[in-house]
Amino acid sequence: MKLANQTLKYLSVSVLVVIALWSTIFYLFMLEAIHDNIDEELENQKRLIIQELASEAIVSPDLEFGINNYKVREIPEQQAIKMQNVYKDTMLYKQDDDDPEPELEPVRMLTTAFEHKGHYYELSIINSMIEESDLIKNLFYSVLILFVLLVVSIVLINKVVIERLWSPLYYFLDQLTKFRLGKSDDKPSMDTNIVEFKDLQLAVTTLIRHNEEIYEQQKQFIGNASHELQTPLAIMINKLEMMVETEGLQSEQANAIAEVLNTAERLVRLNKSLLLLTKIENRQFLNNEDLSLNTLVTNIVEELEDMATFKNITIQVQQQLELNLSLDSSLANIMVSNLIRNALFHNIEGGEVDITITENALLVANTGVEGPLDAEQVFSRFYKSDASSKGTGLGLAIVQAICHLYGFEVSYHYDQSKHIFKLNFPSA
Amino acid sequence: MKVLIIEDEAELRETLKGSLVKEDYIVETAGDFRSAMDKVSVYDYDCILLDIMLPGGSGLQVLDLLKQEGKSDNVIIISAKDSLDDKLRGLELGADDYLTKPFHIAELNARIKAVLRRKQRDGKNTLAMGNLLLDLNDRNLSIAGEPVALNRKEFDILNYFLLNKNRLVSKSALAEHVWGDNTDQADNLDFIYSQIKNLRKKFLTKQANVDFEAVYGIGYKLVEK
Repeated sequence: MKLANQTLKYLSVSVLVVIALWSTIFYLFMLEAIHDNIDEELENQKRLIIQELASEAIVSPDLEFGINNYKVREIPEQQAIKMQNVYKDTMLYKQDDDDPEPELEPVRMLTTAFEHKGHYYELSIINSMIEESDLIKNLFYSVLILFVLLVVSIVLINKVVIERLWSPLYYFLDQLTKFRLGKSDDKPSMDTNIVEFKDLQLAVTTLIRHNEEIYEQQKQFIGNASHELQTPLAIMINKLEMMVETEGLQSEQANAIAEVLNTAERLVRLNKSLLLLTKIENRQFLNNEDLSLNTLVTNIVEELEDMATFKNITIQVQQQLELNLSLDSSLANIMVSNLIRNALFHNIEGGEVDITITENALLVANTGVEGPLDAEQVFSRFYKSDASSKGTGLGLAIVQAICHLYGFEVSYHYDQSKHIFKLNFPSA
Repeated sequence: MKVLIIEDEAELRETLKGSLVKEDYIVETAGDFRSAMDKVSVYDYDCILLDIMLPGGSGLQVLDLLKQEGKSDNVIIISAKDSLDDKLRGLELGADDYLTKPFHIAELNARIKAVLRRKQRDGKNTLAMGNLLLDLNDRNLSIAGEPVALNRKEFDILNYFLLNKNRLVSKSALAEHVWGDNTDQADNLDFIYSQIKNLRKKFLTKQANVDFEAVYGIGYKLVEK
């Protein structure tokens, strides 16, 4: 759930609670105020009526609430003396214009007693009262409108706030998602005055810098280790080469030396490949020049012809268009050569390699083992589809590293019993 | 022919010396910057193998001195660093070649011969063995005076073997030299066998008195019969 929606959820629930509480209190206060007001009015009426009646000779009992909204009846003295002002809510039949017959309506009634020339009377005065259900209904609707208005304004404010205040964060997040250690030059950054965002940026920058240092150290370590291995390997290879030339060697010994030599040479190839990878990642090759992929492919195919012929493999090159690229010529050579060699070495006796050059891609398809390879793994370092292979398992990793360096896309898929490697040159 | 090996790693220095003695060169060695400077300033060499990282100084300083005396053109730099900067600086200072360690002895032999041949300046650019004569300028072969047709690969192979007469040429050295195989997937070098077979056939029909000798599955040796 997005931060905005989460905020909205909590805010609307709490606003609902606050408004409900507030409207109850408001309703009670209102009711109280109305009662007070009516009671004052009744009190006032009481005084007026008693004044009026005092001027008359005798008080004639008036037993029904008529136009005057009061009734009077005579009561014994004892009862009158005990009597105090009593206010109460009660119901009376009333009829107004839109009522077909009298309905019970709420009224406020003041009951009191007075004395007139030695006689005691009870006086009841009524005043019509607000209908509580009407009040509640009206209050409910206005509160509902208030609630909707509040939620709508919260949504709008949220939207504006998120667009304005949170925009640096979303921008930062976007950069962070795209950030690749060792590949991206620019660290994620945002232009903001908000302290929390500034702290976040600082924390992320520190974290990235720390990681970059480790990444750099690791890269340097691989590079240094490979360099340091060069001289011992040179001694090994050259000594073995000299040894195998020794006169009078027994064939058993010679074969043992030959095996060690072969193994040492595998080690040399592995080491060279690691060095090459490090150099590519350190961007030590950037003598870009414009070159024709078609010429490059033709040259490499010619170079590999002998190997193909030996394995009885047919190489077909289909050039749909002339494709020119700008990159380091030795890297271009390694990239294309590794792909085609890969297609040759993982092929079957009498198989095929089809190379296609299109407007912006190079496709190398080859026959080989049945079934697709793991497309996720095939470009990983030291991945070998066949464990007995004496290759280093770095050939395609090197292709991928070169592609990353230049922003090319490399992919693998299996189609119609062929393993297809595709190099895509978006800028071409 | 006098060759100087400037290399601080004693094991490598002695191995290379052993190999070069086999080629009948007079070999001298230097193990550090000081003795290297002493030797190059006093004596003349036909070829100098120069390591860049030396105790006490840089091989590039040695090269600088040689350049001032106009003698830097017979230097082959042998370095563990395959760095473009070093290579460019070395070649700028007049070094003839740059070989990255580890290298095959056959490759070193070929590079030394190339340096030495340029020094001869007699206009002749041929390699001979038995009744074989390989003309490097015209890129053709004659056996007992008769021309023999070679394709490009066959010429390069034979050229490499003739630079390494009677020496082991391993299949991987040959693959690197002729097929430019500097990548990692050379897990099958058997295709070289068919190339050698073709050459051998040509030797037989023209009655050459040299032949390839297989060396324990590692490679071949070109020997006189």
